[in-house]
Amino acid sequence: MNPDPVLPEVVLGVMFVGLIAYALFGGADFGAGIWDLLAGGTRRGRRQRELIEHSLGPVWEANHVWLIFVLVVLWTAFSGAFAAVVTTLYIPLTLAAFGMIARGAAFAFRKSVTTLAMRRFFGAAFALSSLVTPFFLGAVVGGVASGRVPPGIAAGNVVTSWLNPTSLLGGVMAVLVCGYLAAVFLCGDARREGEHDLADQFRARALAAATVTGVVGLGGLAVLRADAPALFDGLTGRALPVIVVSVLAGVAAIALLVVRRYVLARLASALAVATVLVGWAAAQYPYVLPPALTIDQAARGTPTLVAMLVALVVGGVVLVPALIYLYVLFQRAHPEHPGSTPPPRTGAVVP
Amino acid sequence: VDAVELALAGAAVNLFPARLQMALSLGWHIVFSCFGIAFPAIVVFAEWRGHRRGNPALTELAHTWAKAMGVLFAAGAVSGTLLSFEMGILWPGLMDRFGEVFGFPFVLEGFAFFIEAIFVGVYLFGWDRMSPRAHMLSSAPMIVSGIAGAFFVVSANAWMNNPTGFRLDAAGKVVDARPWAAMFGPSTWPQFVHMWMAAFMVTGFLTASVYAVGMLRGRRDRYHRFGLLIPLTVAAIAAPVQIGVGDWIANTVAENQPAKLAAMEARYETTAGAPLSLGGIYRDDQLHYALEVPYGLSLLIHHDPNGVVPGLEEVPPDERPPVNVVHLAYDSMVGLGSALLALGAWFGLVWWRRRRIPTTAWFLRAVAVSGVAAAAALQAGWITTEVGRQPWIVYGLMRTADAVSPAPGLYLGVFAVVAIYAVLTVFTVIVLRRLASRHDTPAPQDVEESPPDRHAGEAALR
Repeated sequence: MNPDPVLPEVVLGVMFVGLIAYALFGGADFGAGIWDLLAGGTRRGRRQRELIEHSLGPVWEANHVWLIFVLVVLWTAFSGAFAAVVTTLYIPLTLAAFGMIARGAAFAFRKSVTTLAMRRFFGAAFALSSLVTPFFLGAVVGGVASGRVPPGIAAGNVVTSWLNPTSLLGGVMAVLVCGYLAAVFLCGDARREGEHDLADQFRARALAAATVTGVVGLGGLAVLRADAPALFDGLTGRALPVIVVSVLAGVAAIALLVVRRYVLARLASALAVATVLVGWAAAQYPYVLPPALTIDQAARGTPTLVAMLVALVVGGVVLVPALIYLYVLFQRAHPEHPGSTPPPRTGAVVP
Repeated sequence: VDAVELALAGAAVNLFPARLQMALSLGWHIVFSCFGIAFPAIVVFAEWRGHRRGNPALTELAHTWAKAMGVLFAAGAVSGTLLSFEMGILWPGLMDRFGEVFGFPFVLEGFAFFIEAIFVGVYLFGWDRMSPRAHMLSSAPMIVSGIAGAFFVVSANAWMNNPTGFRLDAAGKVVDARPWAAMFGPSTWPQFVHMWMAAFMVTGFLTASVYAVGMLRGRRDRYHRFGLLIPLTVAAIAAPVQIGVGDWIANTVAENQPAKLAAMEARYETTAGAPLSLGGIYRDDQLHYALEVPYGLSLLIHHDPNGVVPGLEEVPPDERPPVNVVHLAYDSMVGLGSALLALGAWFGLVWWRRRRIPTTAWFLRAVAVSGVAAAAALQAGWITTEVGRQPWIVYGLMRTADAVSPAPGLYLGVFAVVAIYAVLTVFTVIVLRRLASRHDTPAPQDVEESPPDRHAGEAALR
């Protein structure tokens, strides 16, 4: 119940930008872990794994702070909706948190150990958790989007809220999207490091992942129609223009991959993924928890929302330059081949 | 009605496991956060001294510490992620009702953590790649954001002890929440400074203890001497400051949470000229077998031997915290803290008179156990403030039992968390031990290949 109808939507919108950032950057991180899992035996997969480790290396923590950001904005500005979601969906959320611990710890520690057995163990933990974590997060989205999370603490069914067709679709789509994004991003990384054969391998994977994701995504509409008709109506109604943009961006990304324009392909694929999320938001607007709780009803008091916006703006002013500094520093830093001795440095190669 | 009863049954079953899970997650995380708060400044100090004195042993020490800082930061980061989930998953009643009041500092902490994560990466990466001056300058955001993050998190906890910055309407619903005001309640500053000094003590004594063990094994080179000297000096300076802060915070507790203070002292009757009780067992509203310092408590709280100290009898029985846990935890904290103060004084005296580390093996043995003692004191202090607040999650307003999630099966989480943290602890120790024995072990944030020599690096960055 808020006197100002715009403020809650602005705060939620900023949170959603954080969610998109998490899907793109964190998603690519998860996806890289998935490709790590699929890279083959220790020897055969070595170069791919080195490239993956190299690309993730110094920024893995930064990419995952986006999720923390989403959580804290939700619990402060939309406390009731937050409490409803995390209690009804506590099982997939707890499992996702465990996955993040396993993933973060394994990735952080595996380069600090040398024995093959330990490296394999950490590598396996990293790769497996990269697969299951986005699945659970996608299942959470599916549970909310299909209207299975009623307002109130633990008011929904703690099992069927995430074990249902829409959640299953959400989980599978999340995994596919992560893999797709990572493959596209890794094409550019591999080429920048002069590993053209690796770039071609990831290009093939990106194309395959794009096709599978597109097919599952469009086929998933049939699942939604049966399981979550309100969401289906939203996606094919109000959100249709956004979904069309997503499909076009996806097709453009495929074309750009075919002609090896990797930087543009990154942008197009990021747009395709971001618009899927925007489409979901548009489809369930104005509800935070469809079909009962609207944004306006869920928002907390104006002073809290104002404080939040001030903090987000000031924090953003501090954070964005720092983040850009970090990316520029590291993108400049290693244009050499992974695992080989560094050649003379020839200045910046920023994509 | 059936549904409500079922939900309440769920909450009753979940309460103890949820508290255990939270205690374990927080207790694990808090040790690593100490390093996030205090270690950056110590590492950069060592780097600065090494650079200024042209001392390669110090520079190598600082580099090893920087990598250890990276490992500890990673461990703290993953455990912190779990905590942010648990806040909602375990305590939805708290977040639902009061999130808009005290959730805000967590948003600020998110930014602080983000900045710290970025600049820990930059700091490790910039080693040998930036000019020493630029490198040390780049560490400033890391140091500041570590401290700021601690302030924000502690301010949220201080709010749970002394909720301010909102009104309740007739139905008990929060109205007029003012999140900035909520951040600066009466407990915030004393609790923050207490935590800050604790971070320096834990980091200082734990780091020094590593090198004390090395020296006991006969490695008495400059590297080990500096490795002991710098962190021990920091801890020895923080320890007496902490005693003063302890007095401040005890007074704040006495004023705002009399039940907690009464439990800390295991005192049932309101007494004038109250003695300070050490140890003992509290049974049937009476403390048995305790050592008593006459007038000690009244002196401590009121700075007056005849001051009146309220006892547990002032509080209804169902609003009293579990006395033995709080009392013994508090005494453990004070006892360990005093022992650490004495150790710091011993070191300070010898250094002042002779300009050297005490040579006796007993001193090194004491330093070797001081790290564990400091961490234990930290845990004991944390138990004192958290268990001492019970049965409330928000002091005087919401019971912990009313905040816990009634979700079925929630109580199973604690088993998983025990297993995960056991594994995580083992691996953190393995990696740190490896780092201690082989300094070229890369940190999580390190880029794999060896950095170029300093001049080439500078050229590349220009």
